[in-house]
Amino acid sequence: MVGYILRRLLAAVPVMGIVAVLVFLMLRLTPSDPAAIIAGDFANDQQIAEIRTKLGLDRPIVTQFVIWIGGMLQGDFGESFFYKKQVAALIAERLEPTLSLSLLAIVLTVCIAVPLGTLAAYKQGSWIDRIVMGFSVVGFSVPVFVVGYLLIYVLAVRLDWFPVQGYQYLRDGFGGWLHRLVLPALTLSIVFVALIARMTRTSVLEVLHEDYIRTARAKGQSELKVLVRHALANAAVPILTVIGLTFATLIGGVVVTESVYTLPGLGLLTVDAVLARDYPTIQAVILLFSLAYVIVNLLVDVAYTVFDPRIRY
Amino acid sequence: MKWTAKVALAAALLAAPLASAEAQKTLRFVPHSDLKILDPIWTTAYITRNHGYMVYDTLFAMDANGDFKPQMVDKYDVSADKLTYTLTLRNGLTWHDGAPVTSEDCAASIKRWAAKDSLGQKMMSFVSGIETPDAKTIVIKLKEPTGLVISGLGKPSSNVPFMMPKRVAETDPNKQIEDFTGSGPFVFKKDEWQPGSKIVYTKFDKYVPRSEPASAFAGGKVVKVDRVEWRPIRDHQQSVNALLSGEIDYIEAPPHDLHTLVKADKNVYMFNWNPLGNQFTFRFNVLHKPFDNPKVRQALLYAFNQEDFLKAVIGNAENYKLCKAMFICGSPLETTAGMDDKLESNFKKARDLLKEAGYDGTTIVLMHSTDLQVLTNLAPVAKSLMEKVGLKVDMQSMDWQTLVARRAKKDAPDKGGWHAFLTSWVSADLLNPVMMGFLNSGCEKAMFGWPCDPEIEKLRNEFAKATDLGKQKEIVASIQKRVVEYPTHVHLGQWYNQGALRNNVTGVVAAPAPVLWNIEVK
Repeated sequence: MVGYILRRLLAAVPVMGIVAVLVFLMLRLTPSDPAAIIAGDFANDQQIAEIRTKLGLDRPIVTQFVIWIGGMLQGDFGESFFYKKQVAALIAERLEPTLSLSLLAIVLTVCIAVPLGTLAAYKQGSWIDRIVMGFSVVGFSVPVFVVGYLLIYVLAVRLDWFPVQGYQYLRDGFGGWLHRLVLPALTLSIVFVALIARMTRTSVLEVLHEDYIRTARAKGQSELKVLVRHALANAAVPILTVIGLTFATLIGGVVVTESVYTLPGLGLLTVDAVLARDYPTIQAVILLFSLAYVIVNLLVDVAYTVFDPRIRY
Repeated sequence: MKWTAKVALAAALLAAPLASAEAQKTLRFVPHSDLKILDPIWTTAYITRNHGYMVYDTLFAMDANGDFKPQMVDKYDVSADKLTYTLTLRNGLTWHDGAPVTSEDCAASIKRWAAKDSLGQKMMSFVSGIETPDAKTIVIKLKEPTGLVISGLGKPSSNVPFMMPKRVAETDPNKQIEDFTGSGPFVFKKDEWQPGSKIVYTKFDKYVPRSEPASAFAGGKVVKVDRVEWRPIRDHQQSVNALLSGEIDYIEAPPHDLHTLVKADKNVYMFNWNPLGNQFTFRFNVLHKPFDNPKVRQALLYAFNQEDFLKAVIGNAENYKLCKAMFICGSPLETTAGMDDKLESNFKKARDLLKEAGYDGTTIVLMHSTDLQVLTNLAPVAKSLMEKVGLKVDMQSMDWQTLVARRAKKDAPDKGGWHAFLTSWVSADLLNPVMMGFLNSGCEKAMFGWPCDPEIEKLRNEFAKATDLGKQKEIVASIQKRVVEYPTHVHLGQWYNQGALRNNVTGVVAAPAPVLWNIEVK
């Protein structure tokens, strides 16, 4: 297992390298100029040129790439063009809201989707099944921002149960942290609940007709035990795969959700950096997201062995 | 207990710590964008200028009538030959770190500002030296008289000549400052700054306001709250939701299409804090055909009318004004000289001019910004009016930052360059010919568009030398007449963007930038 993990981590190096090259090239080849943006409305050619030189943007692309990669290898992500802060520090500041939102969204997703999907499979063809499947279709058809606005209108503006926007850091109290995060996490999780509930239903349905389920029932085990210990456990591998794959979508959702709810996380930082053409920040954040994606996939692969002892690496 | 009541109770309990934390006298303000750069001399960004007005003070300041009044200055004297200005600082001026404000601090600040700002550079071209005979006296000596000293030091918009401690003001003007000590009415709390979500200021207890009532940027800057929190909210709908639910107190500028939503709530009201408003403009690139020919540019002065643009973007006539004065209706230098028959959509006259100019059907590349609500509808209106007089237009859509990058390029329009675009200016940036950036016709030294006209430059220099308002008005009228012959840009009307406030917020001072002194939160 350790060997497998090491091999996978080594395999991630060229993946990250390719991402780095692509991100760098895409930014340099798009028609934008951070120097002109920084210089502002009143700048003349000379002022823009001075800023370009200061930022090193007048150097050949290859030189810029080598300097950036060289810095990255030494742990230096560069300095944000706009905030004049080290990008690493900027990311560190923004990590907590994004991690909080992602984790809460995943917890909510799993806690809602897996029981719902299992129940729908168990009650196949019933009104419960139809409601869950109907919700699934709506859930992954409606864009995140529409769900967000609806939840805000009902739960925040009309009922006043939750704040409309903003984030409270954990250090300032768990209650406030949770209170401000429930609505964004719910918004973000709805699409995943829909997807995973549907996947769970399909997987559980497949195993419910297996011989070992019949055997378990014949041995007199309760339906709950049959469902959880025998059906769900054996259906877990495809569900885990979907959870892993949806992580990429979650990142996209984080960007939109953080913008709608004004959560000062990496999603909002990405939007701001893209709008301002803050190259060092965009590059670092996208690399970080790619790394997170690689790690989550690795964790999912490792988790397979827990649920299915037949899988060996 | 019903389940809904239980959830509500749980939510209330969770919210309790928040409520107590926010019980202090805090003004929660949604600015028009996030604050990224903290040096108001290094950048011209309006958000940084507004931050500057919180933290720093100015020697002179513009009042509601457009007159320049002493602010940090107690009294000043101009010699009979108008070559020496002696400024004496007020008593009790203190930096946020407790040190007294000195004339040396101010002299260094003037120099740094003048190194970056175009009006400052013009002013300094008349200055032979700045002396500081004692800690409270600044003596500005001139080579020849100019009317730019007081108006320059009281310049209301970017770059504003904010005063900073000498050690800060000695920072290279092309490098951002890292010490944010000011002497203004609020203290910037760098330790509480959360880039992207919260910018915090507290009342500066040692600030000594002037005794006069607040009037725009002049008069007494009396702070009536303990703390101000800027909370940038990207999503306009969300900022309105937050205002309606009481999470924030004041939105600087909700977009016009949300005004109805705001006005429908009896707990909030709207207030036009900037009576001078803003001005839409159409900018030519004179480097390329056909706009290298002034006659083709003149044709657009006849083809356009302001109302089509203002209706398409602003809609409600309460929020715009047709104004043929380049230098802003309601300002001391307002004039319509030379404009009587222009901006009336006289298509026949426009077509005649194009014919006279020998327009050969060259396609005009018109850049269209799509992501800023107040600019999005401008280019389609321009395209429509231009096509009505026979111009071929290729309207290319892009986000604003792409436009900003492209407008700096001098390449041919079919090779990544451009012919024209539309933008908006805060009126306070357009109050005289030296401040108005688009009027700079210094060829290579001019802003993007690069107009090149010695006559306009000569008149701008004359304006800089004029010391009385009558003479300045005469020159401004001449400049406007010359711009009709050699158009640098077309002004497309004034518009206003009102702030939205909860009823418990009172005392907002009207000024060309949102200022937060004098405001009470009940």
